[in-house]
Amino acid sequence: MTGVWIGLGVFFVLVVWFISIYNGLVRLRNEKDNGWSQIDVQLKRRHDLIPNLVETAKGYMQHERGTLEAVIKARNAAMVAQGPKQVGQAEGQLGAALQGFFGLSEAYPELKANTNFLALQEELSSTENKIGFARQAYNDAATRYNNAREVFPANMISGGFRPAELYVIEDAKERVVPKVSFGS
Amino acid sequence: MWEQIRSNERRSLFVLAAMGVLLVATGAALGVTLAGDPEAMIFGAGGALALWLVLWLITVTGGDQILLGMAGAREIEKKDHPQLFNIVEEMTIAAALPKRPKVYLVDDPSPNAFAAGREPGNAAVAVTTGLLAILDRDELQGVVAHEIGHIKNRDVKRMVTAGIMVGAIAMLADMGRRALWMGGARRSRSSSKEENGAQAALMIAALVLMIVAPLLAQLVYFALSRRREYLADASGAMFTRYPAGLASALEKLSGGRAPLADTSSVTAPMYIVPPMRAHGSGAFALFSTHPPMEERVRILRKMAGASYTDYDRAYAAVKGGHIVGERSQREAGQVPRRAAVGSEGALPLAATATAAAVAAAEPELAPEARRRQANDAFLTASGYEVRSCTACGATAKIPPSLRAKVKTCPRCSEPYPT
Repeated sequence: MTGVWIGLGVFFVLVVWFISIYNGLVRLRNEKDNGWSQIDVQLKRRHDLIPNLVETAKGYMQHERGTLEAVIKARNAAMVAQGPKQVGQAEGQLGAALQGFFGLSEAYPELKANTNFLALQEELSSTENKIGFARQAYNDAATRYNNAREVFPANMISGGFRPAELYVIEDAKERVVPKVSFGS
Repeated sequence: MWEQIRSNERRSLFVLAAMGVLLVATGAALGVTLAGDPEAMIFGAGGALALWLVLWLITVTGGDQILLGMAGAREIEKKDHPQLFNIVEEMTIAAALPKRPKVYLVDDPSPNAFAAGREPGNAAVAVTTGLLAILDRDELQGVVAHEIGHIKNRDVKRMVTAGIMVGAIAMLADMGRRALWMGGARRSRSSSKEENGAQAALMIAALVLMIVAPLLAQLVYFALSRRREYLADASGAMFTRYPAGLASALEKLSGGRAPLADTSSVTAPMYIVPPMRAHGSGAFALFSTHPPMEERVRILRKMAGASYTDYDRAYAAVKGGHIVGERSQREAGQVPRRAAVGSEGALPLAATATAAAVAAAEPELAPEARRRQANDAFLTASGYEVRSCTACGATAKIPPSLRAKVKTCPRCSEPYPT
């Protein structure tokens, strides 16, 4: 009789343990997915802004057709990318294309005086900032999730939880490490 | 980041509890002096708590509205000032707040900003038009990040609660002292000499308490507020990853400031710089809600990265000691600082350098245009209508009361298209 009770007790403890680990993983996965959707919103916003930007710039930058087309092409490629890894690559290329575009726009003072262009520029740079901040939040959440599903004993039951990819900027140009000075 | 909030919460709860004890003690002392009877202590203490509760309820139910209304703040929409709005959105993401705080504008030439709202999910950030006029984007981002830091660290709630306690203690002590000077304390009914002696001792203790308590409460309150300012600076630096932005904003704000209209000491801790005339250094510094500006700037400028650890190290180098708890430093981890480019404007996020290009070409308006933009934003938020004349190009801002009446351009008298 006592043995049965002990057996039941152990079983009960195991069930509670399983539930708590399982729910913890689900919670972390949701946090991670939520972080990704935050990025997604901003990426969509960036994709929506680019046609307007190109349209505005077209009239002023007639000799830069190639640059403008490169931006549009990179944007279209970024729109069909799926998953953090691919998106990271495609967005990296889009970033590089935009970089080239804004570099050239410096040479067109009339374009820089266009209020519409200025407004779009503010929107785009703010969107870039938001992507940056959201990416940090996503990568933090993804790392927490990955750690939680890999540690013992959770790794015995986390088979159904696929590991999360980190959102890494792929383009080499993007990997500029900020200079940190340790002087005082 | 989460641990920081928790450990802060614990620390300030401790301070609040100590203040509560002080409040109850002052109430008890008041009871003794008024009734001249040790048994009246209970009533005094109860009265003190009741007073605090009433004041607290008033602020809880209408606090934010009172604060915002007092400052003459208007809520703005994105179209009124897209840049400010964008910056608040950016910092909301960086701080992982559950909801974007509402954005308010105060029509005041004195550059300042403050946060309101008891919960991170229901908060507000307000800036003055004077602030928008003098800061560039990076600096504005730094200031907004500091305010969002106040919201994230739940400073508004704590400081307002503490401020009310200080006010209640001051009120009670004031009443007690008056009663004593007036000789209002009734003599004891008992006649035994021993009891009289004990009573006199109790009265003296009560008097001392009523002189010391308000001072003590204020000192604790100011110390707490200064600590919260440092922490909000640390959070601001981390959210923007660019301490130099906030530092340069503070430098601009510290030079020749006119005091802001309509502020009180209870709301003062919520501002980025003290809204009232700043105290000097020395003993006065103990009675200031904000740490000295030079020190805040020096700490920010000394930061090697943008994390809490970097802030804590810089704080230790400038002032000695620690400001951010160890656990919060560990939780927040490494946060690289983004680099500035050239002498003019800096990048939004060199670490995520897609932004680099965009930022290099970041739109920066001339000061005059910036001032005008800020004023226009306040006017449109106040219900003014902006109409451009198609004939002469003049822009008129028409107040809501005249909207129906103004049908022609004030400059060239051409009728507006309907």
